[in-house]
Amino acid sequence: MSATRLLAALGCGLLFGFGLALSRMVDPAVVLGFLDVTGDWDPSLAGVMAGAIPVTFVFYRLAQRRGRTVTGENLPAPAARGIDARLVGGALLFGVGWGLVGFCPAPALIAWLFQPEALLFVVAMAAGMMIERRLFAETPALGTATSRSAI
Amino acid sequence: MIVVHNVAIAVAGGVLIGLAAGLFMLVNGRIMGASSLVAGLVGPVAASWRENALILAGLPLGALLYIAVGGSVTPHLAASPPVLIVGGLLVGFGTRLAGGCTSGHGVCGNARLSPRSMAATVAFMLAGMAVVALGRLA
Repeated sequence: MSATRLLAALGCGLLFGFGLALSRMVDPAVVLGFLDVTGDWDPSLAGVMAGAIPVTFVFYRLAQRRGRTVTGENLPAPAARGIDARLVGGALLFGVGWGLVGFCPAPALIAWLFQPEALLFVVAMAAGMMIERRLFAETPALGTATSRSAI
Repeated sequence: MIVVHNVAIAVAGGVLIGLAAGLFMLVNGRIMGASSLVAGLVGPVAASWRENALILAGLPLGALLYIAVGGSVTPHLAASPPVLIVGGLLVGFGTRLAGGCTSGHGVCGNARLSPRSMAATVAFMLAGMAVVALGRLA
């Protein structure tokens, strides 16, 4: 694995973390405020999506046009599967956990620094992933960087 | 006015997240999905584990950088320990079953115009909204 890729990974993580902190997505109260459509609705999360998706879209188009990454490797192929029960069921279960706590994976990986109890969530999340792997072992191992995409 | 200001800041944060997701594709050829990146470090370790570890380590470091330039990070965590555990289990299990979370499906997949990601985003948002609405009734 090239040094460029490793450096880029760290840089992307820094940008991602900075963006989550700036947009206050690290605060479960802000996320729950977005999910609370019958109460005092906080549109911040929609703002984050509105900022992130078009920028990502442009970069993805650029990558697609190049056909390869800047380090000359293949781009991931789109998912082979269509919309199925596992996708929808998994997303619903995720949404329930998200609505109970106000954390999705990335913010939880930041919040524990400021709220140590969040580690309970992080450890349980890792356990949930291992349980899923046990029950649905047909999923190919998350192997090489470009082999599998569920998106 | 406070709401307008907060949303503008949120959009700016989103732009940075989009930049990160875009660069991770352009340079590394990978989808920036937090749940998949974590999954590559628990259980059978992915071949790309170094990359996964570095981008995930960057998350808290990025938040610290935000503090270093004058920002503040104050998570208001209301959930009790048992709810944190149940919520964490559901988020870990569900995101793996669905193959992505808010970043993988919500940002990257939607930017890729993936029907799967659009369906997943609608599903997790509706489920989250339903749980919060039910919590209000309780």
